[in-house]
Amino acid sequence: MNGVHDMGGMDGFGTVEPEPNEPMFHAEWEGRVLAMVRAMGAAGAFNIDTSRFYRETLPPDIYLSSSYYQKWLLGLEDMLIDKGYVAAQDIAAGHAVESAKPLKHGKFKLDDVERIMVRGKFGRTAPAPAKFKPGDRVRAKNMHPATHTRLPRYTRGHVGVVERNLGCNVFPDSAAMEAGENPQWLYTVVFDGTELWGSDADPTVKISIDAFEPYLEAV
Amino acid sequence: MTSHDHDHHHHDHDHSELSETELRVRALETILTEKGYVDPVALDAIIQAYETKIGPHNGAQVVARAWSDPAFKRSLLEDATKAVSTLGHVSRVGDHLVAVENTPQRHNMVVCTLCSCYPWEMLGLPPVWYKAAPYRSRAVKDPRGVLADFGISLPKQTEIRVWDSTAETRFLVLPMRPAGTDGWSEQQLAELVTRDSMIGTGFPKTPFNKTPGAPS
Repeated sequence: MNGVHDMGGMDGFGTVEPEPNEPMFHAEWEGRVLAMVRAMGAAGAFNIDTSRFYRETLPPDIYLSSSYYQKWLLGLEDMLIDKGYVAAQDIAAGHAVESAKPLKHGKFKLDDVERIMVRGKFGRTAPAPAKFKPGDRVRAKNMHPATHTRLPRYTRGHVGVVERNLGCNVFPDSAAMEAGENPQWLYTVVFDGTELWGSDADPTVKISIDAFEPYLEAV
Repeated sequence: MTSHDHDHHHHDHDHSELSETELRVRALETILTEKGYVDPVALDAIIQAYETKIGPHNGAQVVARAWSDPAFKRSLLEDATKAVSTLGHVSRVGDHLVAVENTPQRHNMVVCTLCSCYPWEMLGLPPVWYKAAPYRSRAVKDPRGVLADFGISLPKQTEIRVWDSTAETRFLVLPMRPAGTDGWSEQQLAELVTRDSMIGTGFPKTPFNKTPGAPS
């Protein structure tokens, strides 16, 4: 979706402000939110792409004015309600008033913690040979799906070069909508800064994205 | 508020001091616990794991090894997941780690313009600036301007490569080894490796002042 989360190349957000000796969490509740998102995801309530999509679909004014973990909280609440794990009545009451819905992987317990500290695997068996190889010139498609996609707007319509084949991976555009993993080839594609930002741009800059095959067309 | 809010981790707080967000988070945790979805003790353990097991010290060990051991460096750049998994003391990284090398000709910088993708296993949880709009919007369009925000600059002719983390690949920048560190142990070298130097928004500390400095 062409949401406000797709920020690459936008102007006006000001300078980057690193915080010296930044704590891991700025409030206790941030850690609880992170833990709840991880736990409910691991229990099978949603996948990582769906959780990203729910944060992207927050209204733009809310997205921009909320802190990072506030966005995680709002996205988590919306997602759990939509998927039927939590009822609006539960939220209103501040505790469980409706019955629970069974989780695909059952209750998240202490024994489950270790396995979620290892990153998931997203590589999958390829359903077809790769269309592109390193060195190929490709164009990022001019596409504007209303749902989740990982093709940033600033690259669409522009020509780059395939640098690396990253294997066949779960396709976020499908997974986010719970339409299956639909594995697709994934490539690192490199663009010249001047291709993306015009002839006035810094000629020493190159930008790469990791692009799934359906995002690309041969040039 | 009701009695179930008096969980073991909810202590020493006067409810009147709680923000709306805190109340909302507590309520949600209460709901998930009462419905039998999560064990609060497991949530505690997740937080503790993030606080103790992951962090930039993991990435620093990898960088220091690459600076010390040319064969390891080659395998790191060839297949970072495989190379890192041979270091038993570093937490496991999953399948999708890519290391990119800074050279006098090329500087690498990592961003996630769409959300906040970051190599947690190598660097810990990302800092707020990495997840915020100024960095996400400008890193791909004006990387030199962003570096100036961090107080650093590169020679004009140095190529800058920005890696936008748009899939599950995670990028670790391998910074250049500081001059004056001949004969240093891996442990000594690791102390020079800063988090930002592994994102590409900083340089390693130098042996002379042990504070982030310009590239040698």
